[in-house]
Amino acid sequence: MENLLYIALFSPLVSSLFAALFTATPKKQFIGIIASLLIFTSFVSSSFLLAEILITGTPVHVEMMTWMATGNLYIPFGFVVDQVSVTMMMVVTLVSTIVHIYSIGYMDHDKGFNRFFSWLSAFVFSMMVLVMSDNYAGLFIGWEGVGLCSWGLIGFWFHKEVATWAANEAFIMNRIADLGMLIGIFLVYWNTGTLQYDGAFAAFATLDTATLTWIGIFLFIGAMGKSAQFPLHTWLADAMEGPTPVSALIHAATMVTAGVYLVVRSNELYDLIPNVGLFIASLGAFVALFAASMALVNRDMKRIIAYSTLSQLGYMFAAAGLGAYWVALFHLMAHAFFKALLFLGAGNVMHAMHDELDPFKMGGLKKKMTATAVMMTLASVALAGIFPLAGFFSKDAILESAFVEHHFIIYSVLLFTAGLTAFYSFRLVALIFHGEERYKLFGIDPHEAYKFMLIAMSPLLLLAIIAGSLKMTYYEMVTALLPATEYHIHNHLVYWIMTIGTQLFVILAIVYAYKKYANSKVTVPDGTSAMENSFGYKLLINQYYIPYFYEEYIVKSYRELSKIFWKQVDLKIVDATVDGIAGVLYSTGERTRDMQSGNLSTMLKWMVAGTIGLLSLAVVFGLAVRYSDAILAILSGLGV
Amino acid sequence: MFEAIAFYLFAFLTISMFYITVTTSQALHALTALAAGMIFISAFFFILGADFLGAIQIIVYTGAVMALYAFGMMFFDSTRDVKEKQGNKFIVVGMATVAAVLVVAIFSAPILSDNIVALYPSVGAGNTQEVGMVLFTKYLIPFEVAAVMLLVAMVAGIVLAGKKMDLSLTLMNKEEILEMNEDKNKKVLS
Amino acid sequence: MEIGLNHYLVLSTILFAIGLVGVMRRKNLLLLFFATEILLNAVNIAFAAISHYYGDLTGQMFAFFVIAIAASELAVGLGLLIVWFKRHGTIDLDTMTSMRG
Repeated sequence: MENLLYIALFSPLVSSLFAALFTATPKKQFIGIIASLLIFTSFVSSSFLLAEILITGTPVHVEMMTWMATGNLYIPFGFVVDQVSVTMMMVVTLVSTIVHIYSIGYMDHDKGFNRFFSWLSAFVFSMMVLVMSDNYAGLFIGWEGVGLCSWGLIGFWFHKEVATWAANEAFIMNRIADLGMLIGIFLVYWNTGTLQYDGAFAAFATLDTATLTWIGIFLFIGAMGKSAQFPLHTWLADAMEGPTPVSALIHAATMVTAGVYLVVRSNELYDLIPNVGLFIASLGAFVALFAASMALVNRDMKRIIAYSTLSQLGYMFAAAGLGAYWVALFHLMAHAFFKALLFLGAGNVMHAMHDELDPFKMGGLKKKMTATAVMMTLASVALAGIFPLAGFFSKDAILESAFVEHHFIIYSVLLFTAGLTAFYSFRLVALIFHGEERYKLFGIDPHEAYKFMLIAMSPLLLLAIIAGSLKMTYYEMVTALLPATEYHIHNHLVYWIMTIGTQLFVILAIVYAYKKYANSKVTVPDGTSAMENSFGYKLLINQYYIPYFYEEYIVKSYRELSKIFWKQVDLKIVDATVDGIAGVLYSTGERTRDMQSGNLSTMLKWMVAGTIGLLSLAVVFGLAVRYSDAILAILSGLGV
Repeated sequence: MFEAIAFYLFAFLTISMFYITVTTSQALHALTALAAGMIFISAFFFILGADFLGAIQIIVYTGAVMALYAFGMMFFDSTRDVKEKQGNKFIVVGMATVAAVLVVAIFSAPILSDNIVALYPSVGAGNTQEVGMVLFTKYLIPFEVAAVMLLVAMVAGIVLAGKKMDLSLTLMNKEEILEMNEDKNKKVLS
Repeated sequence: MEIGLNHYLVLSTILFAIGLVGVMRRKNLLLLFFATEILLNAVNIAFAAISHYYGDLTGQMFAFFVIAIAASELAVGLGLLIVWFKRHGTIDLDTMTSMRG
């Protein structure tokens, strides 16, 4: 089993290093194939590990080597495959295998083909380290590793300024959050003396609530950054500047869920501090609604899906915060499948439309791209949570848990958001695939993606459809590690009313979206309609003016502050000190150059003077050593 | 008693000889005084029982070194007064004294505090024999190296002071060297 | 009146001081060499005296090597001196300022 673990962990690294060898050379098809095969190897190993876990139920735990051992600090490179991490491993390796294969087609004409695979595989490796580590330090390495790869992949087209800007924004926002995370980890070590999960969790029970609350808050700040929760959410939508496979893998399926994984992994901590849990749940519910509202009006296909991701992450946090960790993890898994599918479909559309992102300029694409249309529609159905697709089971479980826990406000917010989700998803589908063929106005001739790309996407489609039926199996497996709380509404009548009501609400939203956007009257908005000039629309399209606020009040004031520091501190203190040292040296040289008269006689005199100096030092030190006891006695008498 | 008389006598003679050496303006006087001082120093070696060293002192300094200086001085006009501009005398003398005192302090410190142990004590044989025994056992390699060094110095002295040595290859430019080589070739051919 | 090690060391000091004075005040290169010989001999006396009073031959060995070094230094130095004199016609230290910084 250990070998399987190592294969699963390190084949992405091998893939990345292999591809990195060719980054300076022109595009080579076989690199994509080899990288995909290596990631597939990782997937197969993970599957074997999953089977092992399902059969025996005992986690695989290895300690590869000692990383740090100083004093009381002992941090090994330890890896654990248990019910939680194996879920993540399966999701990560499966989605990344598909994305790798898909990218062979998607990045076909790109100059950075080899580089892309190197970054992508490096990301998979970092993500595997993140989920497999058995301690917070290893998790943090993976955490930073995925941050770095995310930076490299968002800014993959670095010649586009907006891409590099988005990459830096993502990176900097994550650094802010990572500071919180790091403080959290320090607090864990400070208070428990270990960073191993099992050791730390065992020690948490003995700590007082205040300490635990701080640990929980700081760790959650880290999770907020990585999972783009409010108020650190702006980077996720901007991150869509990266290539679409990256959005599918990193900014939908895996990396952004790392925050949820962290909360789920630390469930024993959050169980002890229900107040923080409630805060997480409330924030999650708020983000779910907040992001969904922005997705309602956005006119950028990828951003709509990104907001949807944000909204679904809010669902996951809501579940995790309420203590329904397995539900959160289940939704994470289901969401990874249909959201990756949605993104890859969007990638197909983008390719077909020559990188046009405005769905208003598309329309009627279902005739040209039937397979993509079917896949995206099904993915949207799954996202909206219609029975019997994956989203129904996971989202329903979240709603139920909110209801059962008597958090009716969270419940109603999430329920309302479910309607919004359905609306914006199908607004997108309707605008892209139905209605008039508006793209003809722009002289674009769309074509379906390569067949192998579509085949590569099919496993995701299958999982998006059937994942829901695995719910009970999954529940049995994962509750070996997570709190086994079943959320059932005991009153059958209430249960049926709720379920059917939710379904009806969602379906109504879908119908409304179709009615509004799938007809022939839809035109490309030109900013003149009454709706576009209403306050609500402006608020939403400008993302509640939050990016504006950040720019105006944080970035600008920070820039001013930096300028002050540059002019007052750096120039006047730091630079002046350095210049001063140089100046002292210069002026000493200038003054003493008279010594260097070139006259041998003078030089001899100086030589004798120098000799005297050195000899005096020798005598002084000799005496000091000889009489050190007496000198120390005198010094201590003086109170030094 | 005789030892004391000898010490003070030779100390006086040595100091005065060396004093003349460093103060006189006649190069010839300085040379003569130095030679005399060297011989007087050998007297201390004899008093101290270092017979071999005393003999070496006379042979090397008076025999070799002084002869070399004498030959060297033939190049220069040794009868002329050496004119030397002098700076501040107090500085010169003061610094010299301080340095000398410090050197002696350092030398004597381990002896005074008895921090050292005699590694090669005299065994009671004659001084020359003892010196030979130590020199060809413990100090064999330094001895050989010193011999090589003397050989090198000899070769260097001959080469530097020999004929044609007013030409320095390092100070000439390429054309001059070529020219010189051509001259050499002509000589060989003729 | 016993002559002890200190007497020799004082003598050595005086000779060393004279040598240093010579080194510092001599402007003629040849006479400067004389002064260095004095320095070396001053130290030699100290070596021999210590060797004698301490009953250890190492001091004499050092004096021996110092003499060897002095001789070779002289051979090379005198050679250079002659070369310099042939070139410049003078061995006055004050004229040697080519190393001026």
